[in-house]
Amino acid sequence: MPIQPDLEWHQHLAEGRFMLCADAATGVPFYPPRAIVPGKGSEDVVWIPASGRGTVYSSTTVYKRLPETNYNVALVDLAEGPRMMSRIEGIDPADVVIGMAVTARIEWPEGGDPFVVFVPAEGAE
Amino acid sequence: MTDFPRGRTAIVGAGTFGTGRAPGYSASDLAGIATARALAEAGLTLADVDGLFFCHGTDTLGGLSFAQYLGIQPKVTDNNRTGGSAFQTMVENAAYLLDAGAIDCALIAYGSNQASAAGKLVNTVQPNPYESPYRPMTPLTSYALAAQRYLHQYGARREQLGEVALAARAWAQLNPEAYARDPLSMDDYLGARPINDPFGKYDCCLVTDGGAAIVMTRTDRARDLKARPVRVLGAAAETSHREIMCMPDLTTTAARESGRRAYARAGISAADVDVVMVYDAFTINTVLFLEDLGFCPKGEGARFVEGGAIAPGGRLAVNTNGGGLSCTHPGMYGLFALIEAVRQLRGECGDRQVADAQVALAHGNGGVLSSQATVILAR
Repeated sequence: MPIQPDLEWHQHLAEGRFMLCADAATGVPFYPPRAIVPGKGSEDVVWIPASGRGTVYSSTTVYKRLPETNYNVALVDLAEGPRMMSRIEGIDPADVVIGMAVTARIEWPEGGDPFVVFVPAEGAE
Repeated sequence: MTDFPRGRTAIVGAGTFGTGRAPGYSASDLAGIATARALAEAGLTLADVDGLFFCHGTDTLGGLSFAQYLGIQPKVTDNNRTGGSAFQTMVENAAYLLDAGAIDCALIAYGSNQASAAGKLVNTVQPNPYESPYRPMTPLTSYALAAQRYLHQYGARREQLGEVALAARAWAQLNPEAYARDPLSMDDYLGARPINDPFGKYDCCLVTDGGAAIVMTRTDRARDLKARPVRVLGAAAETSHREIMCMPDLTTTAARESGRRAYARAGISAADVDVVMVYDAFTINTVLFLEDLGFCPKGEGARFVEGGAIAPGGRLAVNTNGGGLSCTHPGMYGLFALIEAVRQLRGECGDRQVADAQVALAHGNGGVLSSQATVILAR
């Protein structure tokens, strides 16, 4: 049976695992999850663990009017290759810079689905 | 190239209606009135239309709804939903169908009452589960991410994006149909409320109502009609992604490919284009498209637009109606870019007329820099 991408993505996160889809034949990962290998069409898709290491490819501050607060939206290039939209936390949105090394963690809001955010990498310059 | 009927089809009528605020009119009313005006200009009637190309902002079966509204039974009903580039792609597809004899008269129309009905840009797409947890302002945040990457990669500055906004406004001041005609200074631009870095208010398109329509037929038939025909020399499209996370390089769009093929089909190059219309949903669009469509090298666009270079009296006439930034932006702007190109080639543009405009390019953009479509027109 082909994988069930959205369901399995959320199941892995709920169990504390940040996993990526990959082409079973080559091991090349892709994101977002899909039931077939993009550009190829193969149904042989496997889940592989993500290292959680990434680099900020682009980043913006979304400005909100009070009482809401400004927040970050970023594109993170994962060490494994794929790029994902995410948020850099644990740092003022204004201080997030392109090229910054970041590390993934799983956030699970009450009543919602778990998702992946990033924080500045330990020991990063 | 023999894969496109170069010059064998023509735009023979163009109409707009309600391109600022048009309370009391539905989207189909606005498109319908624009249609009546486009057909009248051509000296044709609804009975002549056998190919309908329509995009409704919120009704996914809008093409059917609009056929019913017009009271016609078209042989071809195209309900393309590739975003704001849909209309350039409709021109391409209508050209093939007309040239093949499958249809004799194509109507391409659009209408939106988003400003009066909702007061904001109406989002017509499904939220993506891999984006929505991060609360991007769709589509604005995606364009802001492209702009941030561009500024970083090429050492460009906000003031250079501001040049795009100022040029659009200066053109709009020459266009009685433009919605935003107040003077705009660089101080105004830089001091505006920030929205998503690097964008402030004036980097973002207007939110307006508006209807637009064009009529196409084969050029041999067009010569017998009322209006001066504008020939379709070339058209081409390409889609590179849907969500911004899947765009391979945020500083290079698929306009490079749509443009390359459209030029080849037209048998011209960027140097032959007298007037350029590009879909400026945000200031960064104009910079990226001028590069990708060959008007300057990659990474040079921000410098290219400096010093009023694309404003009235500059070195290249770009978005002479004021564009989506200052003329009109009723959700999907692509058809308005085509209509301004037609009006320039017919010499109808009054104070903003580009002298002796012979060749025009009208480029559409859909999604978040996702779908690109280029049309080249000549008088």
